[in-house]
Amino acid sequence: MSAPSRRAPDALDAARLREEFPILHQTVRGRPLVYLDNGATTQKPRAVIDATVAYYERDNANVHRGVHLLSQRATAAFEGAREKVARFLGAASAREIVFTRGTTEAINLVAWSFGRTHVGAGDEVLITAMEHHSNIVPWQMLCAEKGARLRVAPIDDDGALRMDAFASLLGPRTKLVSVLQVSNALGTVLPAREICALARERGVPVLVDGAQAVAHTPVDVRSLGCDFYAFSGHKLYGPTGIGALWGRGELLDAMPPWQGGGEMIASVTFEQTLYNVVPHKFEAGTPDIAGAVGLGAAIDWVSAVGLERISAHEHDLLGYATEALRGVPGVRLVGTAREKAAVLSFVMDGVHPHDIGTVLDQEGVAIRTGHHCAQPVMDRFGVPATARASFAAYNTRDDVDALVKAVHKVRELFA
Amino acid sequence: MSDLRELYQSTILDHNKKPRNFRTLAPATHHADGFNPLCGDKVSVWIEVKDGVIRDVSFQGSGCAISTASASMMTESVKGKTLAEVETLFRRFHDVVTGEIGAEPSDDELEALGKLAVFAGVREYPARVKCATLVWHALRAALADGAGADRPVSTE
Repeated sequence: MSAPSRRAPDALDAARLREEFPILHQTVRGRPLVYLDNGATTQKPRAVIDATVAYYERDNANVHRGVHLLSQRATAAFEGAREKVARFLGAASAREIVFTRGTTEAINLVAWSFGRTHVGAGDEVLITAMEHHSNIVPWQMLCAEKGARLRVAPIDDDGALRMDAFASLLGPRTKLVSVLQVSNALGTVLPAREICALARERGVPVLVDGAQAVAHTPVDVRSLGCDFYAFSGHKLYGPTGIGALWGRGELLDAMPPWQGGGEMIASVTFEQTLYNVVPHKFEAGTPDIAGAVGLGAAIDWVSAVGLERISAHEHDLLGYATEALRGVPGVRLVGTAREKAAVLSFVMDGVHPHDIGTVLDQEGVAIRTGHHCAQPVMDRFGVPATARASFAAYNTRDDVDALVKAVHKVRELFA
Repeated sequence: MSDLRELYQSTILDHNKKPRNFRTLAPATHHADGFNPLCGDKVSVWIEVKDGVIRDVSFQGSGCAISTASASMMTESVKGKTLAEVETLFRRFHDVVTGEIGAEPSDDELEALGKLAVFAGVREYPARVKCATLVWHALRAALADGAGADRPVSTE
């Protein structure tokens, strides 16, 4: 890889960035922590932690309800966070942003609300073979209920989507396409814009699962050309329990609510309930206000650092790590597509990924091992599981060196 | 201080590389499958029981070093034992691998386990306890349900 040439002149100073992450400055099992499980969740910078604490210490109240000052502040903070998400995604308006618990809930919302009204018997929902379980199971549930069919576009041996097969599966019965933008198990970056354009030609709406993308590449939903976009805050240096769904305003307006309760109503009598407008129509119950505030702070932080710089930095690490791991005898990379984000999945001859994970943990290196909630991907590559290192803005080449050194230890132990 | 060699003792590494009784068994009087949905480890156990004694036992499956070695060593340990003895051995094994982190098992506990005492180090790795116990759960399910165990026993 020609990674260094991609680095901008004002390359990101990861070592300095680390200072902002309190959790990174500890030892685990007697060694300095090397955190390479960012695909599962990223760590949180001081700014995010402080924003959440400050919210609880100064502004905490319920939103959209009270006339008192704290409620007004909480509402302003919550709706301010919605504005930040809207700008971050390039949405036309903040009313197109629905707060959810995360990507999974956002996809379920679309499956329940949009899916149940637009997908009928004999219709099809099209996904890819590398989806996370959260972008498989909601559609299976919908298809089972409606007598519809889930179609799966295949991937090649490198883990890239076979666009020809995808295009031929996009048929007259296809009512919705739902694809990830970056694969959590393989690191593959999908040609999301091309997919959206193809679907648009045929009048099929597209949901893009951006869970693994938002922290690694700038996203603009309008230039992407999708109809729904889902992501989680906790993979974007924000808190767990908060995420968002972006949907085209006219689609959201036409969709029925999916959960009933407070907040999502305009008026309630026992005879009839009038629903609130979007996005509130989709936000029944008291939301995770502190989570939204934290997410807003995370977006501010990421924007200040710059996603272009983060992306360049992570590509440098990915190239460096790919090269180094390829040099370890017995190591095989799983997921070698040309377009990849900061994920490195691998297996080792004669060593189960769980054992790799335990040995690495002993060396202070935190990685993910298992099927990564993508069992069909594991089946596709004929492995029960993989070991996965995934990078974030605060990782350094020293972290990669620690990883590679630990992988050598695995080899020694199981030789 | 836990150390990798405490977990991956040479006996464990040896059984992982060369699992004993790694085969099917026909005819078997008892059979069950075990599955750990978290990591995808799978194990199948076949047992031949006669007059309340395990005459033969075998396993097949795929998993990590801990689960493979545990299965291999379990088959060696339970062969020739009465069902009551097997249950006692399971209890002891379970108590040792799920014991409190940092607390050393007593010499008596370890002695009662025989060769299986090499798994004592697993208690320092809570995420790996199920790797060691999966095959035992499959064994007990097989003995409880007989040949008709049609649902795999799960660690979750």
